[in-house]
Amino acid sequence: MTPSDFQTVLPEVVLALWAIAALMFGVYTGKDRVAVPLVWATAGLMAALALWIGLAGQGERTAFGTLFIDDAFARFAKVTILISAAAVLIMAQDYMSRTGILRFEYPVLASLAVLGMLLMVSASDLMSLYMALELQSLALYVLAALRRDSLKSTEAGLKYFILGALSSGLLLYGASLAYGFAGTTAFAGILASLQGEAAPLGLLFGLVFVIAGLAFKISAVPFHMWTPDVYEGSPTPVTAFFATAPKVAAMALIARVVFDAFGAIPGDWGQMLAGLAVASMFLGAIAAIGQKDIKRLMAYSSIAHMGYALIGLAVGTVEGVQAMLIYMVIYVTMNVGTFAFILSLERDGRPVSDIASLNMFSKKEPLKALAMLVLLFSLAGVPPMVGFFGKFYVLKAAVDADMVWLALAGAVASVIGAFYYLRIVYFMYFGADQEPADSRMAPVQWAMLVAVAVIMLAGIVNLFGLEPVAQVAAEALVR
Amino acid sequence: MDGFLDTGLGTTLLIAAQSLLIVAFVMISLLFLVYGDRKVWAAVQMRRGPNVVGPFGLLQSVADALKFVVKEMVIPAGVDRPVFFLAPMLSFVLAILAWAVIPFDSGWVLADINVAILFVFAVSSLEVYGVIMGGWASNSKYAFLGSLRSAAQMISYEVSLGLIIIGIIISTGSMNFSHIVAAQDGNWGLFNWYWLPHLPMVVLFFISALAETNRPPFDLPEAESELVAGFMVEYSSTPYLLFMAGEYIAIFLMCALISLLFFGGWLSPIPGIADGWWWMVAKMWFFFFLFAMVKAIVPRYRYDQLMRIGWKVFLPLSLGWVVLVAFLAKFEILGTFWARWTLGG
Amino acid sequence: MSVADIAFYAFAVVTVVAGLMLTISRNPVHSVLWMILSFLGAAGLMVLMGAEFVAMLVMIVYVGAVAVLFLFVVMMLDVDFAALKGEISRAMPLALLIGVVLIIQISLGIGAWVEADGALGLRDAPAPHGVDNARALGLILYDKYGFLFQIAGLILLVAMIGAILLTLRHRKDIKRQNVLQQMWRDPAKAMELKDVKPGQGL
Repeated sequence: MTPSDFQTVLPEVVLALWAIAALMFGVYTGKDRVAVPLVWATAGLMAALALWIGLAGQGERTAFGTLFIDDAFARFAKVTILISAAAVLIMAQDYMSRTGILRFEYPVLASLAVLGMLLMVSASDLMSLYMALELQSLALYVLAALRRDSLKSTEAGLKYFILGALSSGLLLYGASLAYGFAGTTAFAGILASLQGEAAPLGLLFGLVFVIAGLAFKISAVPFHMWTPDVYEGSPTPVTAFFATAPKVAAMALIARVVFDAFGAIPGDWGQMLAGLAVASMFLGAIAAIGQKDIKRLMAYSSIAHMGYALIGLAVGTVEGVQAMLIYMVIYVTMNVGTFAFILSLERDGRPVSDIASLNMFSKKEPLKALAMLVLLFSLAGVPPMVGFFGKFYVLKAAVDADMVWLALAGAVASVIGAFYYLRIVYFMYFGADQEPADSRMAPVQWAMLVAVAVIMLAGIVNLFGLEPVAQVAAEALVR
Repeated sequence: MDGFLDTGLGTTLLIAAQSLLIVAFVMISLLFLVYGDRKVWAAVQMRRGPNVVGPFGLLQSVADALKFVVKEMVIPAGVDRPVFFLAPMLSFVLAILAWAVIPFDSGWVLADINVAILFVFAVSSLEVYGVIMGGWASNSKYAFLGSLRSAAQMISYEVSLGLIIIGIIISTGSMNFSHIVAAQDGNWGLFNWYWLPHLPMVVLFFISALAETNRPPFDLPEAESELVAGFMVEYSSTPYLLFMAGEYIAIFLMCALISLLFFGGWLSPIPGIADGWWWMVAKMWFFFFLFAMVKAIVPRYRYDQLMRIGWKVFLPLSLGWVVLVAFLAKFEILGTFWARWTLGG
Repeated sequence: MSVADIAFYAFAVVTVVAGLMLTISRNPVHSVLWMILSFLGAAGLMVLMGAEFVAMLVMIVYVGAVAVLFLFVVMMLDVDFAALKGEISRAMPLALLIGVVLIIQISLGIGAWVEADGALGLRDAPAPHGVDNARALGLILYDKYGFLFQIAGLILLVAMIGAILLTLRHRKDIKRQNVLQQMWRDPAKAMELKDVKPGQGL
């Protein structure tokens, strides 16, 4: 351990110290009364860290031997994670205060979860991967059960915890097999041990278990079982959190593992990821059709979206990773906007989330309905919204890598999936004539919703310069 | 003769003989500990105490032990027999097991292992199973409640005991008892011992030891007026004797630990007088006397107060002390006052 | 057979038999007790391997603390294990099938086990000569893997916050003892002496 090691992890150290300081501050002062300023301060710190990492980061540095790596790919993912987490934190603050679940531990746990995510995307060793993943997951398990008096929230927390522990077990077992083969847990060491050899069966088992464990975290089919229940049961702000930053982190982690550690055998993991991608896209699209609850629907939507992002990884090229990164950024942006809207829905002062409550919503709130229309079109991938470009990039990467069948499957699934997004639009504009739910928004929420909708339209010019940045990040990963 | 002792059989026999010697010492001490305990208690309450069996009642404990052994064993209905009988045996065996690593003089130790202090700690943390198993297997609400209280109490105070021991380990740089005692050797006799640099922790250790062994004033699990005899309520005859014996042996072990960790073991308190095992034994008896005096003088704690002290007072204090000692030793404040590893510990 | 061999087989047999009894024991409390025995056997095996520090930690932490809490929970759970077992037996065929498939797969994987060249050399991390294993472990844990150690600390912090957040209910309707307040109470202010004249009252 040298000072330069700590310099490399300085943003993470700052966040960890902040979490501890915020906890102490909360405990020794007003407890839940200081929750609101803590939320804002945490979000501010995250935004500042995002700026710092995005602007100051240069080149590629490792720290603590092989445990930690800071490269363009990690920085790209970190900025996305930090900004989306900050956005979700501030947009949910009003909702949480109103429903009385804004405990001062919430920003602390959120910072620790985000810290885990930052460490995840920078992990370059199986051990640091596991530790970071557990730090993130454990904080999320607690957040899922945040509304502890509600049976559904408790169930969500418990279910998430048990299945998450199981997936961690799978991951560990796979990691131990990989270690047994390579004799080291460092990604670079595993990669070196694979040079010029076909992967033996034992290592392939390890790879399968590792990917299964990680696929659970991004809720790829067939490891998606927990997603709808957890999304529905958790408090909506926590659901919004689940749907954004952790997904980016887990996806980046998978990319990191398959390229940095198993980059020598792309054929072996490529087919697994392709299988996961196809299954996720179709199940996400089909199972969402019958849903009556928007949060459950968003769960299936996120399953399907993870499928598309996995296509980018499965093709195993620079373009693929670049497309995946772009897709994740767009996905996160769309989800922030959508959840800003879902958070605002209420009837008689109580939050609601059933789809039927949106009937004829456009009559009551034309502007919000319009913004939502843009978002839903974008989620469905209807051109010319930005969401279409996300899908376009991954499908193009698949075609370029001669995996036309994968691209075709993606296109078909996207058509099926469009149905349920458009169904909501139908409800909002032409639904049964009944009193729609109210939509009460704090100014932040309103700003988020409208800003995201505008981004979805304005981004089609050049995606705000996202493309070259994502390319640099992808090139840092795929060498 | 020397040749025979080097063979496998010879070594085995030698170890067996040494073990027997230790067990004999512990058992004989036990008889007089119980007697001494009752005498001290009686003296404080201005009674005579046991004075009928043998001269001055010295053989009272022998008579009591015999009485327990020959009494009829009552086995309540519905007990889980294997566990019910395993529990007292476990308590007794574990209590004796820890003595394997306790040195009585320089080199007088059955197993001179380098994690000795952890071994004692591990074995004493196993003793809680005798309590839980006994309480659960008895199939009685009172016994079960008593065992829960007792176990919770033992676990709680183990934490601060462990932290206090860490302070000693930091000072010594070793977990071997012989090294710990050697680190307390010096020209100043008793002022070289660890009680001085670790003064606040001596008090904490003593109190925690009382709680860990369920001694008054922390004998809530067996509070006569409330829970009769806690987890032992359904036991009679020999199993009860084993529980009682195990408890007293554990108490005596704590006396040995205090002597070794804080009061220089077999070292002489006054420079110039020879060191030797008699000092160790004398110190152990002295601390047992203190235990007995506490039992006689201090009123019983309430259970919530006991838990409060354990978790809210002792734990932060001992944890803070570990941090403090780590700094004091690392930067060698006052030379070798806290950093004794430089003395060859 | 040397003493160490005998000890090895004794500990190994105890560990395996206890593990087996843990799974087939009908009474859940017995299962936990067998589990504890199996832990102890494993600790014994670690001592034989020269990892006495880890062995003692296993005994103190897992056997002495974690398993006790486990035992508490199992003892106090009011679960009808017979009914639970009945449900399990219904799913048994499927579970057996999955288990058999897994065993075949894993034995295939292990049967064809190969290691990368030089993997053994990378793996060997012998304790530095002349250093006891507590010290060697400390060097690895606090120096080489100090970063992971800190993350582990944060994970435990999360667990602690989570446990408090999800379970602590601050009840306002009960009386609490404030020890310091009691101790610093001034008897002179707590009571008032009044001289009551005979036949008058206050």
